[in-house]
Amino acid sequence: MDSFQPLFEQLFGSEWGVPLFLLAKNLLLILAIIIPLLLAVAYLTFAERKIIAFMQVRVGPNRVTFFGIPWLGGWGQPIADAVKAIMKEIIIPTGANKFLFLLAPILAITPALAAWAVVPFSPELVLADINAALLYILAMTSLGVYGVIIAGWASNSKYAFLGAMRSAAQVISYELAMGFALVCVLMMSSSLNLGDIVAGQQGGSFLNWYMIPLFPMFLVYFISGVAETNRLPFDVAEGESEIVAGFHVDYSGMAFTIFFLAEYANMILVATLTSIMFLGGWLPPVDIAPFNLIPSIVWLLLKIAIMLFFFLWFRATFPRYRYDQIMRLGWKVFIPITLIWIVLLGAVMQLPEAALQSFPLNLWF
Amino acid sequence: MIFQDFVFYSLASVVIISALGVITLRNPVYSVLLLVLAFVTSSGLWLLLEAEFLAIALVVVYVGAVMVLFLFVVMMLDINLDQMREGFWKWFPFGAILAFIMTVEMSMVLMSKQFSSEIIQTPEYKSVDYSNTKELGRLIYTEYVYVFELAAVILLVAMVAAIAITLRHRTDKKSSNASRQIAVSRNERLKVISMPAEKKE
Repeated sequence: MDSFQPLFEQLFGSEWGVPLFLLAKNLLLILAIIIPLLLAVAYLTFAERKIIAFMQVRVGPNRVTFFGIPWLGGWGQPIADAVKAIMKEIIIPTGANKFLFLLAPILAITPALAAWAVVPFSPELVLADINAALLYILAMTSLGVYGVIIAGWASNSKYAFLGAMRSAAQVISYELAMGFALVCVLMMSSSLNLGDIVAGQQGGSFLNWYMIPLFPMFLVYFISGVAETNRLPFDVAEGESEIVAGFHVDYSGMAFTIFFLAEYANMILVATLTSIMFLGGWLPPVDIAPFNLIPSIVWLLLKIAIMLFFFLWFRATFPRYRYDQIMRLGWKVFIPITLIWIVLLGAVMQLPEAALQSFPLNLWF
Repeated sequence: MIFQDFVFYSLASVVIISALGVITLRNPVYSVLLLVLAFVTSSGLWLLLEAEFLAIALVVVYVGAVMVLFLFVVMMLDINLDQMREGFWKWFPFGAILAFIMTVEMSMVLMSKQFSSEIIQTPEYKSVDYSNTKELGRLIYTEYVYVFELAAVILLVAMVAAIAITLRHRTDKKSSNASRQIAVSRNERLKVISMPAEKKE
């Protein structure tokens, strides 16, 4: 790809050629991430319907197929859904604020996609290898709530507004616990770069993964991630039995689909970050012959798939939390646990060298 | 560095226009959203200055948390614009004095060449592996550790005070005690009695 640089320099001069070339190159790389991501989102919805159907002893979608091939039954469903969504009319309620009503879905999906810029897929395969990647991820995931709040307000509907208020309070509460859990990860790895965090978990087996020494933080991070994405059992922002569909009750067609895409893209993001920060990213579980021959991206995708399965499993298993229980879990359970764990981790890291070398601390410090 | 200039001027114009919008627009929700835009673009300006920690911290803290709460409150307010404008001329002198002081302070910083003999040097560009976050952390936790801790304690006191002011001990409130709910045993709720089968009359 770099061979096109001289062409750009010829066309736009030496001063503008280089930045414009970088711009064009990065745009192509962004497309290379986003198109597979959106496909994964589409098939995640299919996987969700199939898996939940399996858990509830149903069949799930099994009709739409490609070219009438019977054994592909159901695999065309996400494509059919997408086509249907594009065809539908976007209805804008009379009392709604038209500009903000249409801006809200865009604000919801932008951070969900932007966060992928710093996610490494293998030691070399990363779009932006910046050294404040973890902070950047925190910043991007905290922006996602604006889409929900603005949607709730711009719809000019009480149900939507209630959903937005619930979502705002919930996301802010769980962001704290999430941030503290990430502080533990960066204390272990002493780096904010996601590639370095995975490199810090190297050492031969899954015992070196941060999931083992930071097990409570792993749980806190993942559960906060479920809460941040407004997934069941924390979906009070939607809560169809309480407030119809919450913040997107007035949305239809593509505008609704973009909220839907953002939610699933966020799920995949949380699953990926959990795999990278706690499950050793692309590292094989045991660094011996049959396992380390498999390409590293396969391990990463496998871990992401497992974490995504948990999301779907939760949805099929747990009833929705009551609102005050969500707040209690966030503020009175998760934040104290994370604070204690940070102090504990700091104390262990300050132990004398001889103590750190003793088993099992020599695995992690 | 013509590309950087281009980025700087476009970001700076967005900051200025959105900041003007914050104080001129009538709808307070628009004002808050434009303030968010101003924060995000000024974090872009800080990124140009290679202060990536400050830039991202601005987004995380102000945009991600503070402004969400702002928006939360502003959306719930029932705002009557006429009522708000009633006291405008009464408070105008006070506001004008504040604005004047702030302008003087800002111009003293910006025209520091006139006010002090020292010339502030432009920071030099650092190499790629220079970590702003690490350097900042080193300074905060070594040289300025007491000041930092003091600031943290002040914030904590403010937080405790805010909670203490709003905490009312109501006696008529009903709430569930989660630890007691979890601790219940079967014997408290359920009594199994043996009841012999009755004969049909």
